[in-house]
Amino acid sequence: MNKSNLFLTAAVGLMVWSGAAQAQFTDNKVKIGVLTDLSGTYSDLAGQGSIEAAKLAIEDFGGKVAGVPIELVTADHQNKGDIGSAIARKWYESDGVDAIFDLVTSSVGIAVREVSKEKGKIDVNSGAGTSALTNDKCSPTGFHWAYDTYALANGTGNAVVKQGGDTWFFLTADYTFGQNMQAQTERVIKVNGGKVLGAVKHPFPNADFSSFLMQAQSSNAKIIGLANSGSDTINAIKQAKEFGITQSGQQLAALLVFITDVHSMGLDVAQKMLLTTGYYWDMDDPSRAFAKRFAAHMNGKMPTMVQAGVYSSVRHYLRAIEAAKTDDGPKVADKMRELPIVDFFAKNGHLRPDGRMVHDMYLVQVKTPQESKVPWDYYKVLRTIPGDEAYQPLSESTCPLVKK
Amino acid sequence: MPTVFGIPMAALFGQVVLGCVNGAFYALLSLGLALIFGLLNVINFAHGALYMMGAFAAWLLLGYAGIGYWGSLILAPLIVALIAGLIERLLLSHLYKLDHLYGLLLTFGLALLLEGLFRQQFGVSGLPYAVPPELQGVWNLGFMILPIYRGWVVAVSVVVCVSIWALIEKTKLGAILRAATENPTLLAAFGVNVPLLMTATFCLGAALAGLSGVLAAPIYSVNPLMGSNLIIVVFAVVVIGGMGSIMGAVVTGFALGLIEGLCKVFVPQVTATAVFVIMAIVLLVRPAGLFGKRR
Repeated sequence: MNKSNLFLTAAVGLMVWSGAAQAQFTDNKVKIGVLTDLSGTYSDLAGQGSIEAAKLAIEDFGGKVAGVPIELVTADHQNKGDIGSAIARKWYESDGVDAIFDLVTSSVGIAVREVSKEKGKIDVNSGAGTSALTNDKCSPTGFHWAYDTYALANGTGNAVVKQGGDTWFFLTADYTFGQNMQAQTERVIKVNGGKVLGAVKHPFPNADFSSFLMQAQSSNAKIIGLANSGSDTINAIKQAKEFGITQSGQQLAALLVFITDVHSMGLDVAQKMLLTTGYYWDMDDPSRAFAKRFAAHMNGKMPTMVQAGVYSSVRHYLRAIEAAKTDDGPKVADKMRELPIVDFFAKNGHLRPDGRMVHDMYLVQVKTPQESKVPWDYYKVLRTIPGDEAYQPLSESTCPLVKK
Repeated sequence: MPTVFGIPMAALFGQVVLGCVNGAFYALLSLGLALIFGLLNVINFAHGALYMMGAFAAWLLLGYAGIGYWGSLILAPLIVALIAGLIERLLLSHLYKLDHLYGLLLTFGLALLLEGLFRQQFGVSGLPYAVPPELQGVWNLGFMILPIYRGWVVAVSVVVCVSIWALIEKTKLGAILRAATENPTLLAAFGVNVPLLMTATFCLGAALAGLSGVLAAPIYSVNPLMGSNLIIVVFAVVVIGGMGSIMGAVVTGFALGLIEGLCKVFVPQVTATAVFVIMAIVLLVRPAGLFGKRR
């Protein structure tokens, strides 16, 4: 090797070495995955809208963070846990993905959580409901962003029992989410002195609820609690109206309702229903500003709490990378816990050791057709539930990461 | 109050009535399938998509043409029949000479395609469609509350099923249809336009699916996947009844609706599988189905 070659080699070596010392990024970019339902029952409340939300967050960083470009990959997990975890594994192992977002459907959320935990990569769940994600299934690099079954049960359950709805009958979707939702609502009802008169588990998904509604009707419970979601909830509410259940004095309490569900039912059917949500587009100027940007990309549709949560979580992740100057999972996760979350979605959010993003929730009532003035003008906010009251207290979490 | 296995009689009667309502949908859909299979030998996997299109046609007619439920009840099945006619002429008719499997694959692909197109356009959450004002409200039967609309669905279904049965069993047209099922070549030799007959039958089957779609729009969520959820049960109904048997399809449709209704009272968790358990048993005992003839 002659002298000039030796010099060149040394220079190149130095450059590589100094580059590595400045900022530590695998393959010199930050790669974000949005893993969602693009074709099934949840594709309206998450799906393409979640992808657009992630794009908006990346756009707000100018497509770069800490000097390296941000790349987005997306995939459809078809609401199947095995497909979801296979995609996550491939993304982490061979595609250089650093973090995965959205993860609607509880079974997929849990399956991907296992993979992310094993690989030390970040998963931020905005779509799934199950509170297991911040209990038994918690991870040092896993977060739960927009809502969970505990907060929904707490918000809606409390409000309904306090209004006098102290006897309940449940229609429960027969899978993880439904059972989780029912158990947690039962707890809230009992704490408030109410009673559960009965429950029926229905297949998931299910189109005809008439038999189940009849059983609920003959239980004489004041409240029929719907521990299901999506088209199951829509069908149950639609048919409850048809059977004259609401006219005869019984009330429905749907525990998980997205604004896209209300849009689908129409205000005539959904009016006066109480529900709990983590975000409503028409709250204040910042929430409206985001909704407008979102709607411009989505054919005028307003964002759900899941989609708004994806924006908020991607933004926070990128802010943490900017501060930590690395895309290393555990280091970024630490930074994410350290930084407060202040945006249109969470006014005063923070991440707990169990991975829960604590932020205010809202108890809302669906407007009547007369009250609604513009398209998607659906909710009246009755109460802001402070984050610490809405979510499971850290002391009750069964997450092993919580020091007791 | 008298009880049966710990369930109040009143509740049991109620479930029987509700079972009839669901059975009405099964009967209408499986009737169409059986007609098509009987004459065309095509296992029409697109039937669920045609049903979905019937519901969407009603929604579109209301939203864009201001045509309400009653108009849709006539127009939507016609629209669906027209689309089905195009499908039969342009695609399906080329496959009759081949194995059954090709027709099945084509219609299955079409179903996926149609559902995908509607999903792209309308999303999956579903669209609202109200019960017509004339049929709103409920009847209090003493032992149960029956929405007037559900009663209407059963009435329409029974009338349509009986008319179709009469058409096939009692008229000249029906005789030609039955002849075409037995031996199309011979019938063509008598100067009957068999291909036209096949197109007409496919359109009729599709129209029945479209009609069920319109009937379903006010009670179920109108969404692109509504057909695929239902069609599997309907296939089971046709298999249990005997492939291609008109009577079998109708009777089994109502019977399975009833059995499902009873399942929902006693063991709700097995409701989704009950139909398939029955199908397995029937296939073991009578491979041609309850009303089918061995060929």
